[in-house]
Amino acid sequence: MDVEILNRKDFVSKSQVKWCRGCGDFNVLKTMQSVLAKTGRTRENSVFISGIGCSSRFPYYLETYGFHTIHGRAPAVATGVKAVNPELDVWVITGDGDALSIGGNHFIHAIRRNQDIKILLFNNAVYGLTKGQFSPTSAQGWVSKSSPSGSPDRALSPLALAASADATFIARTSDNDPNHLAMVLEAAADHKGTAVVEILQNCVIFNDKVHEPYNGPKNRDENLLYLNSSMPLLFGKDKTKALINNGFGFKVAKVDDPCVLVHDPETQESTYAFALANLNYPQFPVPVGIFRQIQRPTFDQVLTEQQNRAIKKRGTRDLTTLLQQGSYQRLV
Amino acid sequence: MTVTQLRQEVICFAGDSGDGIQLTGTHFSHNASTWGNDVMTLPDYPAEIRAPAGSVSGVSAFQMQFSSTDIHTAGDEFAVLIAMNAAALKNKIGGLVNGGLILADQNGFSKKNIELAGYSSDPLSDGSLPDYRIIADNFTHLTVQSLKELNLPPKQLRRSKNFFVLGIVFWIYSRSLTQTEEWLKAQFSDKPLVMEANILALNAGFNYADTTEIFGESFQVEPAPKKEGFYRTISGNEALSLGFICAAEKLQRTLFLGSYPITPASEILHTLSKYQDVGVKTFQAEDEIAAACAALGASYAGALGITSTSGPGLCLKTETLNLAVMTELPLVVINVQRGGPSTGLPTKTEQSDLLFSMYGRNGDSPMPVLAAASSADCFDMALEASRIATTFMTPVILLSDGYLGNGTESWLVPNPDDIAISAVEQYQQTDQFHPYKRNPITGSRPWVSPGTKGKMHRIGGLEKQSVTGDPSHDPDNHQRMTKERAAKIAGISAFIPEQPLTGETDDLVLVISWGSTRGGVSSAVKQLREQGMPIAHTHLRYLNPFPANLAAIIAAFKHVLVFELNNQQIVKLIRAEFLTPAKSATQTTGLPFKVRDVVKTISEYYGEITDGC
Repeated sequence: MDVEILNRKDFVSKSQVKWCRGCGDFNVLKTMQSVLAKTGRTRENSVFISGIGCSSRFPYYLETYGFHTIHGRAPAVATGVKAVNPELDVWVITGDGDALSIGGNHFIHAIRRNQDIKILLFNNAVYGLTKGQFSPTSAQGWVSKSSPSGSPDRALSPLALAASADATFIARTSDNDPNHLAMVLEAAADHKGTAVVEILQNCVIFNDKVHEPYNGPKNRDENLLYLNSSMPLLFGKDKTKALINNGFGFKVAKVDDPCVLVHDPETQESTYAFALANLNYPQFPVPVGIFRQIQRPTFDQVLTEQQNRAIKKRGTRDLTTLLQQGSYQRLV
Repeated sequence: MTVTQLRQEVICFAGDSGDGIQLTGTHFSHNASTWGNDVMTLPDYPAEIRAPAGSVSGVSAFQMQFSSTDIHTAGDEFAVLIAMNAAALKNKIGGLVNGGLILADQNGFSKKNIELAGYSSDPLSDGSLPDYRIIADNFTHLTVQSLKELNLPPKQLRRSKNFFVLGIVFWIYSRSLTQTEEWLKAQFSDKPLVMEANILALNAGFNYADTTEIFGESFQVEPAPKKEGFYRTISGNEALSLGFICAAEKLQRTLFLGSYPITPASEILHTLSKYQDVGVKTFQAEDEIAAACAALGASYAGALGITSTSGPGLCLKTETLNLAVMTELPLVVINVQRGGPSTGLPTKTEQSDLLFSMYGRNGDSPMPVLAAASSADCFDMALEASRIATTFMTPVILLSDGYLGNGTESWLVPNPDDIAISAVEQYQQTDQFHPYKRNPITGSRPWVSPGTKGKMHRIGGLEKQSVTGDPSHDPDNHQRMTKERAAKIAGISAFIPEQPLTGETDDLVLVISWGSTRGGVSSAVKQLREQGMPIAHTHLRYLNPFPANLAAIIAAFKHVLVFELNNQQIVKLIRAEFLTPAKSATQTTGLPFKVRDVVKTISEYYGEITDGC
């Protein structure tokens, strides 16, 4: 077979990128282009489907197929795309407002169906494109244009929601750590089923440094918990702190505690990923990496299998047979 | 025993919503259709699954006309009312002709039933119905008696009463029981006792009518003269489903239905979900929006994407429809209209989503709108909607309604080879590929789906630069694109059939109707023309754009009278488009027009304009 070898630049479209200077989205775009080349994806079989928001302009900048849809609905559009052409690699680009507020319903149901789509959720904890209102992931009490007295709502954890809907792939990474970002995106690309990737992303204009206390270059060693399969849950600069079980959650313990947990992303119970997703700074380190990765039939596989069963049961019917069901012949 | 020949007959089955009335009516209509009658049915049932037993609001009814001649409605009034309880009688007696027969189950007229129906005494025996012939007996009790040898609880036995009554009605119209027996055998093959109970009840009812002498005579409605071929009874929802399957096969595309359950459109989802073996993909989405979005995604990926709904669901889908307008992708939206606004009358019929279909979107957002004229016509219009959507790269709204969706009629099954639509030949761009470079004949952009090598491109809801399809905020470009979108849709008028006219352009009055009212209005006009009245009629199925010759037809008439089941909608379009002072005749009862009422309205109008001449 004639295989075209592509590099990152082959995935760069001619459109001028129109994000603010310093926006975290640039890094994600660049890394995505590299990952597509590195993992041997083709341009024609890659489809990026987005909703509305700054991050949802992402598809315009990739030399693949792209569909910039409407607010919150990208997972639903993607479900239809993948259902009729399972050969395609379908990516959904969304943000915290797009996926969790207006599109919350579609986000939950896409995950529940395990449609084979990769959802990249750019979480900057603010509505950027509408210029700075609080979002579903903004901290309670956060003062914004639409919340001069502070946001009245509790923040929602995107990954806890994904775990509740029993997502088969759950991961978190940061816009400012290209190597980690690439590792997570590659794993998502290879996963069969709905992959939910939360990208901690910085909005330089309306919510600058929101993730800095834990993912800033100076803070990440101390305050991020890097999840690695089969490795103990250790964190802190010199990896001196650890997580152990505490009721239905965790507590911080010393590294030599005999009960230190070992990370297993293939844990079948979604409660483990749920508990990880609910670890919040500053009480806890913020976990990054692959929380969960399990195998389950995908939505398009189920549809195909049902179709094969139906064909086996009924044989093939032509249009004439189909139209004439239940009819009687009238001879004149 | 005499057998009286009838030209046609209208009957109505009515009972509690748990009495199996719809099933009973359906069996009779299948039987009549198989016998060769022309058949039309009008199911009328409550929105609640089991409204309070015995209440007037819980009555489920099934009216049908079967005829030895060509018919177009389920009839105005019925000659026989089969009433399973007092509430059914109360609810439906208004539709029974003077001298008509009431066939009543006396067991449904207990003291409590009579009270619940709002009668002060038993109407069957108190002399309050002198204008009708009443035959009443304890049909439920007789059913139980006839089944007593079966080892089933009495509650179960009572359920077969509808088959007992159906047996009586089959006897009255000299029908065979074989077809219904065969159906029962197939349907209840895993519940042999239930099967046996129903078959025994059916025969017991038939024998009861045969041996008691209360009926005196039976009737016969001869088969209608029809063309040779295969016939079946079909509902609008079934016809739509089959139409889209044919369309997809002819267009060589996968059929993808995204849908969310809603009355009265759910049967389309039910029907299409049974055709996985022929490649149909159905998706029951989490909501109406996702249903439309997934269908649009499927179209984007190269399938024939369709979505089915009713009014409230259409409200939710409009943002997606606009995305389809902007991205110029094919999508068919089936709206089986019901009474509105809001939740409105879920099980009743209305044509009140027309202006919403035309204009209910932000921005200048033109979209083709089609309306099926009968249950069987739903098949043809499904083909047309698919042809237009894929040829012109546009979403299309196809209007049906509760009457067409649930109502059935005899249908001459077409030969698939005679279906004329075929895969759209893509306009080949000779130079560099541009996603918004239009076909000079149709004005449509190319349909290039993901997976196609060398033509990667991006589309979306932002305004498009003409030709390149890049996002554009340029003022002149927006004006140009607004016009291009409008011209493309307006231009479809050159690709649809001519508007037909019944009558002559020198008749005095032009009657206009659209969608599901064709049966009632055309029957009324036929009657009046046979009486010599100069009334012409034109019935619209293409509402946007209108057929090109409609302007000339309307211009030929000084007097235009427009019939529709809403509070004046298409009449506004006709006045605005053709500058004619058209008069409006409307009805919003949730029921189709009666022929008699249309005749009266036209006659009165004719009287007004000819007065003093």
